[in-house]
Amino acid sequence: MSRKDTSATRVKVEAIYRNESRRILATLIRLLGDFDLAEEALHEAFAAALVQWQRDGMPANPRAWLVSAGRFKAIDTLRRRARFDASQGELARRIEASIEEAIDDEREGLDDDRLRLIFTCCHPALSQTAQVALTLREVCGLSTEEIARAFLSTPATLAQRIVRAKAKIRDAGIPYQVPCRSELSERMDSVLHVIYLIFNEGYSASSGNELTRADLCREAIRLGRLLVELLPEPEAMGLLALMLLHEARRESRVTSSGSLVRLGEQDRSRWCQEMIVEGGAWVERALKTRRFGPYTLQAAIAAVHAEAPSAAETDWPQVVGLYDVLLRVAPSPVVELNRAVAVAMLDGPAHGLPLIDRMLARGELRSYYLAHAARADLCRRLGRLDEARAAYRQALALGPPATESQFLVQQLDALADQF
Amino acid sequence: MKYLCLVYCDEATLHSSPDSPRDEECLAYAEGLHSNGHMLAAEALQPVSTATTVRMRSGKMLITDGPFAETKEQLAGFYLVEARDLNEALQIAARIPAARVGCVEVRPVRELSAQPRPAGHQAVEDEA
Repeated sequence: MSRKDTSATRVKVEAIYRNESRRILATLIRLLGDFDLAEEALHEAFAAALVQWQRDGMPANPRAWLVSAGRFKAIDTLRRRARFDASQGELARRIEASIEEAIDDEREGLDDDRLRLIFTCCHPALSQTAQVALTLREVCGLSTEEIARAFLSTPATLAQRIVRAKAKIRDAGIPYQVPCRSELSERMDSVLHVIYLIFNEGYSASSGNELTRADLCREAIRLGRLLVELLPEPEAMGLLALMLLHEARRESRVTSSGSLVRLGEQDRSRWCQEMIVEGGAWVERALKTRRFGPYTLQAAIAAVHAEAPSAAETDWPQVVGLYDVLLRVAPSPVVELNRAVAVAMLDGPAHGLPLIDRMLARGELRSYYLAHAARADLCRRLGRLDEARAAYRQALALGPPATESQFLVQQLDALADQF
Repeated sequence: MKYLCLVYCDEATLHSSPDSPRDEECLAYAEGLHSNGHMLAAEALQPVSTATTVRMRSGKMLITDGPFAETKEQLAGFYLVEARDLNEALQIAARIPAARVGCVEVRPVRELSAQPRPAGHQAVEDEA
């Protein structure tokens, strides 16, 4: 075998690992009944694939090959352990006995397995931080380092959290299953929340290269689609719509030098119309059910923006109206801030600024850089330049993400030679 | 799996809240668990004022009045149940009448191992 063929196989195996390893893991967890055993088996299966595929060529169905190889690797592992612990030998025999029957429905079960994995990782018996960490690790395959960075924690803390969560799944008997219909809607909330956090991790680009981040958003959208398909609940549709409508603007929201571009200044011709149309359709479907919640309302707001030909032609009364409803359904200072910005667009900055000042006076959002950045912008538009400069500096002092701090510095610089 | 459902309530309001379960209701629920095969054991407890705590320290028995810790909610009773998994155990726990006024902590039972693990003499199939 030539060196070229060898590296070609390696590239293929790596691509399959990237695209399929989480699905294969989800199936292995179901078949083996143990997270750690499944992970070990997964890695051994890929190592075996690298050797065997180089020698014998690619199998017709690499995914099925890897699931099957993973299972045999796990049986080997259990047999090795059985020298010290008889129960492991029993387990190995049980897994072996179930191989024949399981192989037939393997293809069908793969997506269900992933959903099983999602519901297990998002089980409310786990703390929310554990749910998020576990889902990012097991379902999305992020490293503990990436997760730690995203949640301002240390890799050691994150790793420990994941180990504890897995131990609880095993010891408390958290089942590996999609909840029954009567429990499903209760269990949905935490799943939706976790998916949205995954999306945001990809969208806000805290680390890594662009490609990986885009993958993460696609992954969240894929999870969202799967959820909608299995359980067409309004909020699942709303979340999918929200993610699609944000994703549609990804290209235009950061300049080539990595600085943030605000919604009003984005090149709308670069927005992905296909996603906007699809997102808008999901919003409409969710709204029609009249059982919608915060995700659908946020998606509806995003849809109004996405469908406007320009910032000036945006249906601002509708945006403010939707924020009013959102504030009733899910009150939060951040929603209130966004509403204030929309009011400033509808009625002018003189109407928006007092709303922000009142919130800051109440002490809310005082350490949130976007509140000061929004205040700076409204002051600038009102010609209150000293106040604008002070607010930009305050926003920068609160340590915004790199893309946004670059933008704020530009805004501040632009004010330097104005009086 | 076996699960122990520990029922905690504020004793001051356990029997006086509008949602407080009556003994008949608790007995009926326990009876139901018996007939569907989930019940292993269940008892209600006397109030915490009747509790005595025992410790063994350096071979000496120490006896103190009351529970080991002062908490707002006290252990009022327990159900030891057999359930397929945590989800089933949670469903059983949620329907315990006292869950309406207090809360139920659901804990899997840890099986104690009577014998040390045998080492190195297991008959397993040859690895090859």
